[in-house]
Amino acid sequence: MSRVLALDPLLRGSVTGSVFLVVVIKVVIAFVILLVAVLLYIWAMRKVIADMQNRIGPNRAGPYGVLQTLADGIKLFFKEQSIPDSADRPVFRLAPYLSIMPAFLMFCVVPIGGTVSILGHQTFLQVVDLPMGALFILAMSGLGVYGVMLAGWSSGSKYPLLGSVRASAQLLSYEAAFGLAILGVLIQAGTLSTHEIAVQQQWTNAWSFVSHWFWLKTFVAFGIFLVAATAETNHPPFDLVEAEQELVGGFNTEYTGIRFAIFYLAEFMNVITMSAIAVTLFLGGPSGPSLGFLAHNNVVNVWLLPMVWFLVKVLALLFATVWVRASLPRMRYDRLMSLGWKWLIEIAILWVLVTATVQVAMVEDWNRLLAASIAVVAAVAGYGVLYASMPKSGEQIEEFR
Amino acid sequence: MGRFSGFLVTLRQMGKPRVTTEYPKVKHEKPERLHGRHVLNRYEDGMEKCIGCELCAGVCPANCIYVRGADNPIDDPVSPGERYGFVYEINYLRCIHCDLCVEACPTEAITETKLFEFSFTNRSDAIYTKDQLLVDDDGRARRMPWELWLGGEDDHTSAWMRSTSPSGSSAYEGRVSWSGELGFGVRPPEHGQQTPSPKPQDD
Repeated sequence: MSRVLALDPLLRGSVTGSVFLVVVIKVVIAFVILLVAVLLYIWAMRKVIADMQNRIGPNRAGPYGVLQTLADGIKLFFKEQSIPDSADRPVFRLAPYLSIMPAFLMFCVVPIGGTVSILGHQTFLQVVDLPMGALFILAMSGLGVYGVMLAGWSSGSKYPLLGSVRASAQLLSYEAAFGLAILGVLIQAGTLSTHEIAVQQQWTNAWSFVSHWFWLKTFVAFGIFLVAATAETNHPPFDLVEAEQELVGGFNTEYTGIRFAIFYLAEFMNVITMSAIAVTLFLGGPSGPSLGFLAHNNVVNVWLLPMVWFLVKVLALLFATVWVRASLPRMRYDRLMSLGWKWLIEIAILWVLVTATVQVAMVEDWNRLLAASIAVVAAVAGYGVLYASMPKSGEQIEEFR
Repeated sequence: MGRFSGFLVTLRQMGKPRVTTEYPKVKHEKPERLHGRHVLNRYEDGMEKCIGCELCAGVCPANCIYVRGADNPIDDPVSPGERYGFVYEINYLRCIHCDLCVEACPTEAITETKLFEFSFTNRSDAIYTKDQLLVDDDGRARRMPWELWLGGEDDHTSAWMRSTSPSGSSAYEGRVSWSGELGFGVRPPEHGQQTPSPKPQDD
């Protein structure tokens, strides 16, 4: 265990009371930040969508309606919690927590700032820097499906069951593309630790955002990651899980009160966490230009600016999610599946092969341009073969006819 | 752009003016002849116009008006003439605001205001009694605690009546054939009937 945690300089020496205190403070602050961020995100989302539809949006609770989500939460907290007779009661009660825990745990490996010293201890501004942080992200996003699946199954009613069947099918399909997209970064970074990945994207000169950040070096993986992460979080246009015209409310139809609120919270927490992970893996994490006229160890440059840069990038991505939500209609189910299985997974695999070839070429000191072009040509040809062998739309495979 | 042009559509809307009216704070101008809740008018000397004839109750298609007339006390008459409305109740859970009572009234005693924004919390509040319907000493409608008014919404209490009285024919438009009201005097005629109706035979 100590070796697992020893990447954080905080835990390299002996674990004293103050070290323990720092860890507890970090956990509490991360939890509070995430909860407050969800409240503000839901409010901002409603406001921005209202703007895009020429409406005003929530404006009753607090200035500009900023407390609307809090008011909704308090209302839901005091509402009756009904459990259907046909429900599997313990699982029904457990499911909301299974859905919110992975959303929170995933955020724990995201670095939101640089390396700072608290109470005389050097530490990273992230709850924990696991040596296999990227795998942890994959594991947690895979666990998230259990909450949705068990909620639908334990409700003992047909619409939630259909919703959860859809959810598990969708999440499992896109999990593969999601993992392969992350792999594109991991091959280039050569590490699984999120802190290390962030350090590799450090701001060294004005062009670092092109040369050091991974989004351009892995642009195909970045695009696949954005689509797959949107599908992983059941965010529109991939929100077939709760397609209310078809499934009432999807997996959470039978949920009321605070349990329903927890599902709601988990959904939006996932969106925020996924944005934070996209920033960490592809957009440089907390890296960004520091103020040159201040000393490099000034408190603004060490504490504040990395967090500001991180926040700015996350906000830009969150705005993009809201923009997508306001603009795109929900996908048809067969198109969702064909996008996942026929396009994203194949392209992600081939991209991983191209990246690996280039990486090997760099290590072995081959002609990089030649190796890269051969790999790209082989990948395109490979995709052509795959595409030719796929059943086209309107065409059915013999045994399913 | 093809399938992505939707993104520009939503982005372009962000700077445009809002279509929402912040309703309780801001209200749209109401049509001049809107059918709202009723008032019982009084003459300029303070006498009530209602004579307790029950024509309004008789014509009401929703059966929401209840009137009982009584003889005027000789020493302290309530209305000029023989009889007055002793009991006058309108049930606003039934009223459909058709204004047939206003047309039926021979003395312009009952007219409609532009007020309709009520939120009663019990059924007995929905039955307006004569004390609540009768205009106050300034000739204005009385404000019930559950009614939402802004500004001069209670000014035009009889516009519809004045534009169509006495027979609903546009041939009479602009001809004053009604009596003065407490607080307002003889109101000017309402203009602007859109379609001319056929000329009455006996004119």
